[in-house]
Amino acid sequence: MAEFLLSISAPAWLAYSVAALIQCALLLAVALGSAAISIWLERKVSARIQDRLGPTRVGGRFGWLQPPADGLKLLCKEDIIPAAADGPLFRLAPYISFCTAFCVFLALPFANNWVALRLNVGVFFILAVSGLEVFGVILGGYASGSKWSLYGAMREAAQVVSYEVPMALCVVVPVLIVGSMDLVEIGNHQAGWFWHWHVFHDPFTFATFWIYMTCAVASTNRAPFDLAEAESELVAGFLTEYSGFRWVVFFMAEYPAMFLVSGLASVLFLGGWNGPIPIASLLHLTPAVHPLAGWIGNLLGMCNFIAKGVLGITCMIWLRWTLPRLRIDQVMTTCLKYCVPLASAMLAGVMLWMYLLPGGVWTQAEQLWSPSTVNAATAVRREQAPGPPRPAEKQAHHEPEPMDVVWTR
Amino acid sequence: MNIQEIHSRLARAFQPWLAATGFEAIDPWIEVRPEGLPEIGRYLRDSQDLWFDMLHCITGVDDIELDAKKSAAKKAEQPDWEPHLELIYHLSSTRHRHRLVLRTRLPRWHEDTPGRLPEVPTVSDIWSAAKWHEREVFDLMGVCFVGHPDLRRILCPEDWVGHPLRKDYEMPREYHGIPAR
Amino acid sequence: MPINQVQPEAVEFDVHTDEMLINMGPQHPSTHGVLRLVLRTDGEVVTEVTPHIGYLHRCAEKIGEHLSPRQFLPYTDRLDYLSAMNMNLGWSLTVEKLLGLKVSEKTRHLRVIMAELGRIASHLVAAGCYGLDLGSFTPFTWTFRDREKILNLFEAACGARLTCSYITVGGVTADLPPGWLSQCEQFLTEFAPVVDELHAVLTSNAVFVRRTAGVGVLPAATAIDYGCTGPVLRGCGVAWDLRRDGDPFYTEMYDGYQFEVIAQTEGRYPQDHPYPPVPAAACLGDSWHRFYVRMLEVVESMELVRQAMAKYAAAAGEVDKPIPLKKKLPQGEVYLETEAPKGQMGFMVKSDGSPIPSRVRIRSSSFCNLSVASELCRGVLVADVPAIIGSLDLVLGEIDR
Repeated sequence: MAEFLLSISAPAWLAYSVAALIQCALLLAVALGSAAISIWLERKVSARIQDRLGPTRVGGRFGWLQPPADGLKLLCKEDIIPAAADGPLFRLAPYISFCTAFCVFLALPFANNWVALRLNVGVFFILAVSGLEVFGVILGGYASGSKWSLYGAMREAAQVVSYEVPMALCVVVPVLIVGSMDLVEIGNHQAGWFWHWHVFHDPFTFATFWIYMTCAVASTNRAPFDLAEAESELVAGFLTEYSGFRWVVFFMAEYPAMFLVSGLASVLFLGGWNGPIPIASLLHLTPAVHPLAGWIGNLLGMCNFIAKGVLGITCMIWLRWTLPRLRIDQVMTTCLKYCVPLASAMLAGVMLWMYLLPGGVWTQAEQLWSPSTVNAATAVRREQAPGPPRPAEKQAHHEPEPMDVVWTR
Repeated sequence: MNIQEIHSRLARAFQPWLAATGFEAIDPWIEVRPEGLPEIGRYLRDSQDLWFDMLHCITGVDDIELDAKKSAAKKAEQPDWEPHLELIYHLSSTRHRHRLVLRTRLPRWHEDTPGRLPEVPTVSDIWSAAKWHEREVFDLMGVCFVGHPDLRRILCPEDWVGHPLRKDYEMPREYHGIPAR
Repeated sequence: MPINQVQPEAVEFDVHTDEMLINMGPQHPSTHGVLRLVLRTDGEVVTEVTPHIGYLHRCAEKIGEHLSPRQFLPYTDRLDYLSAMNMNLGWSLTVEKLLGLKVSEKTRHLRVIMAELGRIASHLVAAGCYGLDLGSFTPFTWTFRDREKILNLFEAACGARLTCSYITVGGVTADLPPGWLSQCEQFLTEFAPVVDELHAVLTSNAVFVRRTAGVGVLPAATAIDYGCTGPVLRGCGVAWDLRRDGDPFYTEMYDGYQFEVIAQTEGRYPQDHPYPPVPAAACLGDSWHRFYVRMLEVVESMELVRQAMAKYAAAAGEVDKPIPLKKKLPQGEVYLETEAPKGQMGFMVKSDGSPIPSRVRIRSSSFCNLSVASELCRGVLVADVPAIIGSLDLVLGEIDR
């Protein structure tokens, strides 16, 4: 965007400001839109699970205007700050949560290279910034001046900080396969048919995906890990004293966070913007053919990406309305006794796999089926790797992946 | 074990503490003196063939006739009748599946001084169920259970005045500025 | 010790934080009404729970001293308002016992139908709310959906859904409308598969088992000592059900009915129905067993309703009409306990010969069941408190009277 503005000889400061503003506006729309859609989806899906109809009237059929109506109602509510609360912190907390949830979208690619800020440490950025969201919750709980809120905050601190560890371990797995922390590169690495997705890369990544999803649900404070809110125990946890707009802002942080973790899951494991069937490349919708064709291909990719995100959200909703809540000690046990060791083992397994058989199960199978060319990059890799000699039949095969370049770095 | 057998068992050990009996009543009962209540209760609970391990309920009854004419009529009918409080203990045994109604009679006020609650030894150390039931009787009927570990009001607020289930109780005009009558 | 039981020292590693006193209630999502629990906590570990009750005290006993038994009947609806039929039944039987009144066969079977439907309705609320206490919202809506159908049946029979005042002293207010039995049959047919669904989302759900098995273990001796009754007592493995073991005046209502007392005796539950197995982590007397007993009682009550409908349809004659409003009561005093869904509900009536009793006493099952809560909630986690209180299935209308 900025390059385009510079090319039509706009001053540099104007070009960058306008580009930043437009991208911010787009991302804000995505973040808020994902919140609105998630809330609507949550209401409808939970209603179906519970043998109800959910909203039906607001905005004509399907109650699709329910989230704005909810928002409007909440905005009209009295904004109460308890006398015992720490005023400035109490006011600040929701915005911290929201801003971090929103900032993460900066680095989240929606399609090939469609990302506000392409970072070569995108994964790291997302993990780091989304980890900050907990500050808002802790501050809010602490500043409310209520014992229930304090409980919520302390639980959140214990839980989220613990779950960052196995989540990071899971995220490292695709990074290890691709050899890059750039999310766009990770996404492109999975181009092609769905068996190129990392989740089907090898048995270890398949297991890692489920561990990642567990940790993702836990890190977004969704049931069965919603201990920070836990309405039957802690009234509403850290949200107990919040009302009206500030409460909305907290929710505006929760739902984009859901979209974010499912989006991240889709980039890391589920092929990102690459659909199960590579329609874009089959139809030659690539920038190599025509810039517009590339653009349409990317648009299709974005649809793929969003669909996967929504699917992830739906699964989270499904979980929430099915399972009872775990107890705090069980949540910590799940994390420390199961998720961390399992994730570590999977990481080690993937390391071993990558060392012995670079390329996924399906790639191997594909090559067994049609052994044709020898990939130079694999050869390079093999020369560099001072490992035990591998079976000869495997040496003959190669990866027809577009991302061979990774291995030459 | 039927009520006569239970009574004869009790009579062997606790004759001085036994007062009246009501074997013909719909729910037959045995009346004991208040001071003998803990001993008898412990005996009823611990004897192998009695084994009254469950206390269902403690009921306080305020037996007073407020109307002077009716009171006189009752007095004429039963010369030894005096206004009094009664405590009724409903017991049963989950092992032997028999029931017992134990009752005891208390003066309405300790030493006939209005305001001083009549005293009866607690049975909460025998049946834990009595912990709350005695609190309730204390709260609503005004009976002091001596030896109860935590004798507080249970249904009324802690600063409530009077004992509402007494027949001569009058609702206060107001409670903390809330008009009550 | 079951594997799931919380050991405070294991959780906290002897790290003691400042003690904190927290009010749970009287306005709190999981106290089932206006119950107030004062928790003394050390971090997440609860060291002491003190229940405070009385927020819903409506002087029911005092009111009873000013009304004739039939006038008092609507007040019994408001004791355990989730099973008004059973409250009506308890009160009516008590007064009938004083009057020495026997109802006709047709009335008797009609009362069994209503009492058992009331039990199903009450246990459904208990199951749904228990799911809610543990953070699972969905079973709540399912159970309320089916409870609505029972309330529809009540409405068809007597015009009221919640506060029925249907079973009354001397009989019932009116006979069943035409077609009611087939509606009831239809409900039972529709409802049977729902029980399996509830078992799937609650009873045998792994998270549910983890949250309830071994939590709030109540030994049978303690339960009896505290006067706990109903599913709370049966969950401890004590086969004690007043429908079988109660006062003859009450048990004769169930003469000729086939049913078993739902309690785990000799290591097993009555095996008439395909129940999910008892998980290994559960131990007798814990929250899981209390819940399980209720779920099994629902199935048993359905069976009883079926039997009662057949007997009612076969019985000749009319149903009994209520006694006159101002009928004089004989002098005397009676006490009768009935097996209400939440435990043994006792009423005492003392009369001096006038139409208005001189003393009415209500022995509430939830009152005794709650009194044991401070024993159960010692050294548990904060999250276990709703899990334990919920498993006792309390109704504050009945506790505070």
